[in-house]
Amino acid sequence: MKARSKFILWVAALYAALLAVPAALGVLLAAGLPAGEQEAFLAIVAERAPVLAFAALILLFVSVGAVKWLFDQYLTAVHALAEQTGVVLGANAALRVTTQGGREVAEAAAAINRLADAHRALRLEFELRAKEAGARLEVERNRLAALMSELSEGVLVCNAEGRILLYNERAKALFAAGATSATRAVAALVGLGRSVFALIDRDQIAHALEKLQRLHQPGAVPPSTRFVIATAAGRLLKTRAAPFVDSAGAVAGIVLALEDVTGLLDQEAARRGLLQALAAGVRAPTANIRAAAENLAAYPDMDAARREQFVQIVAAESKGLSQQLDVALREYADALKAHLALEDMRAVDLLGVVRQRIGALLGMPCELEAVDEELWLRVDSFAFVQAIAFLATRLHDGYAVQRLRFSARAAGGHAELDMGWDGSAVASEALSLWEDEPMRAGAEQTPLTLRDVLERHGGEVWYQATELAGARGAQFRFLLPAGEAVTAPGRVAAAPAESRPEYYDFDLFRESGATRALQERRLSELVYTAFDTETTGLEPSAGDEIISIGAVRIVNGRLLKNEVFERLVDPRRALSRASAAIHGIGADALQGQPVIEQVLPSFHRFCEDSVLLAHNAAFDMRFLQLKETSSGVRFTQPVLDTLLLSAAVHPNHADHRLEAIAARLGLRLIGRHTALGDALLTGEIFLKLLPLLAARGVATLGEALAASRETYYARLQY
Amino acid sequence: MAKKVLIVDDELNIVAALEFLLRKSGYDVMAAQNGDEALKRVESFAPDLVLLDVMMPRISGYEVCRRMRERADWKHIKIIMLSAKGREAEVSKGVSLGADLYVTKPFSNKELVGKIGELLAGA
Repeated sequence: MKARSKFILWVAALYAALLAVPAALGVLLAAGLPAGEQEAFLAIVAERAPVLAFAALILLFVSVGAVKWLFDQYLTAVHALAEQTGVVLGANAALRVTTQGGREVAEAAAAINRLADAHRALRLEFELRAKEAGARLEVERNRLAALMSELSEGVLVCNAEGRILLYNERAKALFAAGATSATRAVAALVGLGRSVFALIDRDQIAHALEKLQRLHQPGAVPPSTRFVIATAAGRLLKTRAAPFVDSAGAVAGIVLALEDVTGLLDQEAARRGLLQALAAGVRAPTANIRAAAENLAAYPDMDAARREQFVQIVAAESKGLSQQLDVALREYADALKAHLALEDMRAVDLLGVVRQRIGALLGMPCELEAVDEELWLRVDSFAFVQAIAFLATRLHDGYAVQRLRFSARAAGGHAELDMGWDGSAVASEALSLWEDEPMRAGAEQTPLTLRDVLERHGGEVWYQATELAGARGAQFRFLLPAGEAVTAPGRVAAAPAESRPEYYDFDLFRESGATRALQERRLSELVYTAFDTETTGLEPSAGDEIISIGAVRIVNGRLLKNEVFERLVDPRRALSRASAAIHGIGADALQGQPVIEQVLPSFHRFCEDSVLLAHNAAFDMRFLQLKETSSGVRFTQPVLDTLLLSAAVHPNHADHRLEAIAARLGLRLIGRHTALGDALLTGEIFLKLLPLLAARGVATLGEALAASRETYYARLQY
Repeated sequence: MAKKVLIVDDELNIVAALEFLLRKSGYDVMAAQNGDEALKRVESFAPDLVLLDVMMPRISGYEVCRRMRERADWKHIKIIMLSAKGREAEVSKGVSLGADLYVTKPFSNKELVGKIGELLAGA
């Protein structure tokens, strides 16, 4: 029953009781009187009617006053206490209840606060214990996280339903690679709890899973299967899929290791092209030359004109052959350069390894001088370091060289890398001899020669005498293929114990899938997209437009701050000064940004398969709905509103603005009035509201929607 | 007096052709079949220009070039390196070691004679 109805009922009851007593007395008195006196009594009553009516009015005031006092001092006060106690229990253990109610209520409040203190102390102790217990697990998880982030391969792990349980930044980068603005949204689809089928064809995954399930034998080495997929941006990813098994030994999901092979396949195609070009281009002229030459050899007495003809054929065809060869080699020069074992590496990093290796092996100091920081090499780093170590060993053992210096710079399409030393010149033929020896450095010996390593790189080395500031010295100059800068995948800083990277969620293993209707699913297990918009004004129907959208995902009760959507939008209209004062976005910032028809489809994909969450959602949804026709996307998923949910949890609080709720729930306000900042705050509020909703028996999405509908604010229309 | 050219290559077919071509072009020609022999012939024949093949057994054309450039009294001798390879790195190496020109096989007789003429005219 609403507080107002209750109030009226109480007043009515008290008033009725107050009126009933004198009325009953009057009736009893009158009933005991003889007939004549009864008439006289009624006449007196009738005569005194105004006085009696006045008395009844007084009684009404007294009733209202008494009930109001009772409500204020006790009933409402107790309600408020109950709500505050709920917050203390559910959301903000640091909050202490206050009351303006009567003395007894104040005593109760004090008792509740003592209880809250005890509760908090217990809770803190419990949390401490839980934290200690979780710390070990956390360390393991962080180790895994660090390991994953260091992998050069992209990794995606999904459960048997195709939901992503784990991914690393490299995987995200692979799907983002080469993306244009039209395909950029796909990279954002790498996210916890998201369907892997948005990235990789469903049949491909199903086929791999089926194959793995068939091959899987408990206790045996896990099988794996390979296939190549194309990303939305057209990159080719070599994918290795392996199963992982649950404790019962059944295949519970699939691990996908991804590697970009676009370049390799291009090179492979180029090599094939070169071979074909050579085969086709060389056969015909060779045949012609051979036929003519064999004729010349077999018939030395042929007439002069015939001889001249064959000689011309040989001359012309061999010229053509030379040209064919030149063209093919020039055209496919890149294909010959590349080698599968070569990787792009920064020269300064490679030389760092060299220095360490030579230091450990020979105790020889190495200086890195003038190494271009931006220089990248394409090297087989292992073989190359081995080669340098081998040369250093030779110089150290044979020529007593004590110190080496290295420098490197770009030189045309190559990189020049110098390995220099002071003093002793090396016998001129030494390098030639060393080039063909099997390399040996320390205990390591390999059948490879320095020449092999150089051939593999398409590189060269030679000896040069140098003179540096009057001091005689010498150096080996290497010419190696230059590489391309590799953009490192975003590194995860060593995560402190309490903040494990958010792109791991093994709790999703328990994902029960689409077996239950959405409405019946528990709020705590749904995936949400908390979002907010900033707009040019408050009236969408009068032409106000969205200027930014921010959103963040919530999966398994965790706000995933790594998985966000943030876009500015060109509103194609002027900004009002009042709105600019709120969101602080100037017209300059919006110029050249995509328009809403471009942004909404991306946002639609970002929030697909999730429940939308916004504060005062009716406002934001109205803006989205007005763009349905022009953008071609409809947002049909369920929408929850933190304003309505807050009102459902705290019906006796009037203020349900974002900051008021945040203060009530003990949340800090950061980045207010940016779309992403408000979306994050909305998400945090929602997570705090969840236990309070549960305490009120609101546990499923259906119940939350029903509770929202009941709240007063639901009637607001934009 | 005719200018002297030394041809160094272990492939006799090309030596025969080049010898014939250069004699016809008016040069005094001698041939060597490996690096050791080449260095001896430079000493005895004192050529104005050496046509030097890169790929030879034992002492490579690079090594011959490097050793020739170590001798101050041979500084004036022009060196044209010939190679069936001809990757960028090899050309750089040849030029760095002191070759005047790096020509990849197959080449046009006419162009080669033209280049030899240019180098010797500038000498």
